[in-house]
Amino acid sequence: MEKFDLDAPHSTGTTIIGVTYNGGVVLGADSRTSNGVYVANRASDKITKLTDNVYLCRSGSAADTQIVSDYVRYFLHQHTIQLGQPATVKVAASLVRLLAYNNKDMLQAGLIVGGWDKYNGGKIYGVPLGGTIIEQPFAIGGSGSSYLYGFFDQAWKEGMTKDEAEQLVVKAVSLAIARDGASGGVVRTVIINEEGVTRNFYPGDRLPLWHEELEPQNSLLDTWGAAATGPEPMSM
Amino acid sequence: MDLIQIRGGNLVGHESDSQRTQYPYVTGTSVIGIKYKDGILIAADMGGSYGSTIRYKSVERIKPIGKHSLLGASGEISDFQEILRNLDELILYDNMWDDGNTLGPKEVHNYLTRMMYNRRNKFNPLWNSLVLGGVKNGQKYLGTVSMIGVHYEDNHVATGFGNHLAKPILRDEWHEDLSFEDGVRLLEKCMRVLLYRDRSAVNKLQIAKLTEEGVTVSPPYALKTHWEFNSFKNPTAGAEGSW
Repeated sequence: MEKFDLDAPHSTGTTIIGVTYNGGVVLGADSRTSNGVYVANRASDKITKLTDNVYLCRSGSAADTQIVSDYVRYFLHQHTIQLGQPATVKVAASLVRLLAYNNKDMLQAGLIVGGWDKYNGGKIYGVPLGGTIIEQPFAIGGSGSSYLYGFFDQAWKEGMTKDEAEQLVVKAVSLAIARDGASGGVVRTVIINEEGVTRNFYPGDRLPLWHEELEPQNSLLDTWGAAATGPEPMSM
Repeated sequence: MDLIQIRGGNLVGHESDSQRTQYPYVTGTSVIGIKYKDGILIAADMGGSYGSTIRYKSVERIKPIGKHSLLGASGEISDFQEILRNLDELILYDNMWDDGNTLGPKEVHNYLTRMMYNRRNKFNPLWNSLVLGGVKNGQKYLGTVSMIGVHYEDNHVATGFGNHLAKPILRDEWHEDLSFEDGVRLLEKCMRVLLYRDRSAVNKLQIAKLTEEGVTVSPPYALKTHWEFNSFKNPTAGAEGSW
């Protein structure tokens, strides 16, 4: 018989982040999809488009989050046609919540909805396991987020600029990747504001190095052995 | 002889029945409610816990319902949000009748009780403990409903840890016709104890007031705590290695 430990938070592989700034939002994620201990995809894109102005960060079961985003994209498309103008971030988040809540027994999906609309500007909504919807100035999710609560408590500030917000997101995902085995690969960011959408890509070599991490090199031979002064004989 | 089994904190039916169960994810802790001279006071902190992590610290767990009632909830936040949606619809239809009659707290409490009990009978509960308070035509009302449909009214109610820590204080110090200030101070005394002793409590709370005139929910604020005791500064004096 399964014993549910009610105190163990049901966390899900990945690190996802959504941050509001003065004029829009920045969404960020790692790129590792794991199948047990095997890395099935080391360059996945976990930031998925719902509409031109609203994107979704996905954590949890890849299958569950893909199907939820497909349904929400489908509904939002029809909603946009009927409304005659872009959907608001709140409506998109509400649809995500509807699916997450009504199928709570079957889904394993921790989601962050972020975007920009002309009525409310940049907005971030968290939809964790269970289907709660919660508007936040910033949101973190996935297993890697455990390592970021303290970081954001200290580093988050109201009214950041676009560049400050993106640097914060990249730094945070990078820190989570350093400690969370289920997060890794590259850091992807998506910036959404009045002007439009910008996608950025930060491979490992363009990320800062943290504690006990070393600068990558092509080979040992570059710094040690024949190319250098030659290996020292051992002394007894 | 069939008994309902409670395994690992979940409600699980008899093996031969179709299984329907649930598991709370984002939860709120205690809610406390009291009657006072002019109406009702309800207090709750703004924490949303995710297992042992204090994940959300700005969750509003007390909401006005119509003109005459206040609803506070502990337990699964997504289920509380769904209950609010259902009550929205209820109040909307009530207004649409436009017949001069409005749903009072007694009616809302009854609706909530039916909702909770019927879900419990299907082994698919709304995982909440609710506090419903209100004033209508000068009559004060304060009731509670649990996730299995247990419901009652009283002069003071509490959910979760509040049952164990706040109720004894309320039994001792509550009296008829409390002033607003005394009522708030009494609730703050209870909330402070919960802050010290409930692991899921956060130091950011709201107190809501409901009178014949209407509803006010206070802005979020934090309580001062007291740590300056000699036995706290030197707990192991004379007993090294103890706690």
